[in-house]
Amino acid sequence: MWGRYAAALPANAWNWIAVWRRNYLAWRKVALASVLGNAAEPMSSLFGLGLGLGAMLGRVDGTSYIAFLAAGMVATSAMISATFETIHAAFARMHHQRTWEAVLCTQLTLGDILLGEVAWAASKAFLAGAAITIVAAILGYAAWPSILYALPAIALTGLTFASLAMVVAALSPSYDYFVFYQTLVLTPMLFLSGAVFPVTQLPDAFQQVGRFLPLAHSIDLIRPAMLGRPAGSVGLHIGVICMYAVLPFFLSAALFRRRLMR
Amino acid sequence: MSAIAIGLTGVTKSYGDKVVVDRLSFTVASGECFGLLGPNGVGKSTIARMVLGMASADAGNITVLGEPVPGRARLARMRIGVVPQFDNLDLEFTVRENLLVFGRYFGMSAHQIEAVTPSLLEFARLENKTNARVAELSGGMKRRLTIARALINDPQLLVMDEPTTGLDPHARHLIWERLRSLLARGKTILLTTHFMEEAERLCDRLCVLEQGRKIAEGRPHTLIDEQIGCQVIEIYGGNPHELGALIRPYAQRIDVSGETLFCYAPDPERVRGQLRGHTGLRFLQRPPNLEDVFLRLTGREMKD
Repeated sequence: MWGRYAAALPANAWNWIAVWRRNYLAWRKVALASVLGNAAEPMSSLFGLGLGLGAMLGRVDGTSYIAFLAAGMVATSAMISATFETIHAAFARMHHQRTWEAVLCTQLTLGDILLGEVAWAASKAFLAGAAITIVAAILGYAAWPSILYALPAIALTGLTFASLAMVVAALSPSYDYFVFYQTLVLTPMLFLSGAVFPVTQLPDAFQQVGRFLPLAHSIDLIRPAMLGRPAGSVGLHIGVICMYAVLPFFLSAALFRRRLMR
Repeated sequence: MSAIAIGLTGVTKSYGDKVVVDRLSFTVASGECFGLLGPNGVGKSTIARMVLGMASADAGNITVLGEPVPGRARLARMRIGVVPQFDNLDLEFTVRENLLVFGRYFGMSAHQIEAVTPSLLEFARLENKTNARVAELSGGMKRRLTIARALINDPQLLVMDEPTTGLDPHARHLIWERLRSLLARGKTILLTTHFMEEAERLCDRLCVLEQGRKIAEGRPHTLIDEQIGCQVIEIYGGNPHELGALIRPYAQRIDVSGETLFCYAPDPERVRGQLRGHTGLRFLQRPPNLEDVFLRLTGREMKD
């Protein structure tokens, strides 16, 4: 009986690396276009909103608006990057490209594939988030060297949102359903998590909802690091983010097993 | 090494109300080519998936290379090569990169993969395409690369699901020739096909399936001798039912398929004599083949 479920779990601690390396090889062929394409959107939001709105708003949360927004854009870009890699690219590899089908014929398990895909999506998210962090630091909107603390938080954010998106990919019959996840989950989360304005601006009920959202906890880790401030409740934030990474991972494994290994 | 490569005992699999595989049992000996023969949708691919541990049976036992499946399917798959029904190569990668990526899935180092790549490409007759992108290859080349890829881990057993479907005759004959050379090297092959000629040419033994059930099993020529055992005359161009009535006394059996009359005749000359004088008829007299066996077993005939 256990054997049936073993197929949905990673077989060991290193099999996933082969999947990660396959995706890396494919990415390397289009790396420049991919990096520019992924970084352009959050960068233009950062400078457009940061400078434009910043001129009207003055100081926010004790700092310039653009410096406040930078942490929000870093976390958001990690979220978006991990999500899109999973629901578009990984979904294509599962679906019409039949890449997963080929891998399932080797000694890798479904769990190895999922772990490799999640790790790969998190790597791309890390790249996107780190790029904005570095640009913000160079322009003086983030504090050196405390931004180094933001880097592991960005990676963790990537893992979490890759894992969550994997559940969405496992449930979606086709690409058409992903828009619901974007519009009904990710976009509201952006506003409830304090990415573009302090959550204290929200009615109390919405603030309470925000406490349960992974993006809020990731911003609570990244923003103090970028602004060079001491962070509070680090253990709690990391715990919540990890929970959002681990539980959906196993859920997606169970769902994909039902979908692909019938 | 066990003498039995694959063993199925009483395997049943249903999707909803539809029974796809029904109490199926067979064994494949090491070194033989065993065919699963039947029309599309008969459960062949499901059987292949269950052998690989990618689907689990509702009932029955499966053992592959000594490992119980699906429980230890991963360990069995370390020694299996798979040629799937639909190409799933990485199109954006080159031929060499496809082998590299696949070798890594088996835990091979880049050095180990590079060491076997030239011989695999030579086997697949793709030596000149090493750095070509897969998207640029013809259908036959892609199939050959898929076979080369399936050999990267030097498997004992190959599971091939419709390996020549969709190929032109030249490409198909080249694949058959390559598969025979694998058998000569002692590999075991489980082959699913709806292609009678393929089964007849390659398989040492085969199992004929209908609606997930085994309706015959044996060596192709034994099956042909047992089930048919005489010459076949195909008659075109008349009313098959009227003609059938005329020649019935001289025929062992008569089948009608569409506009064609199949007459199984121990003495073909007497059948031809009986139809002399009927104009507009065309005759094709030939030895019996697996297709005749299949048509007979699946019962698309006018009963004798």
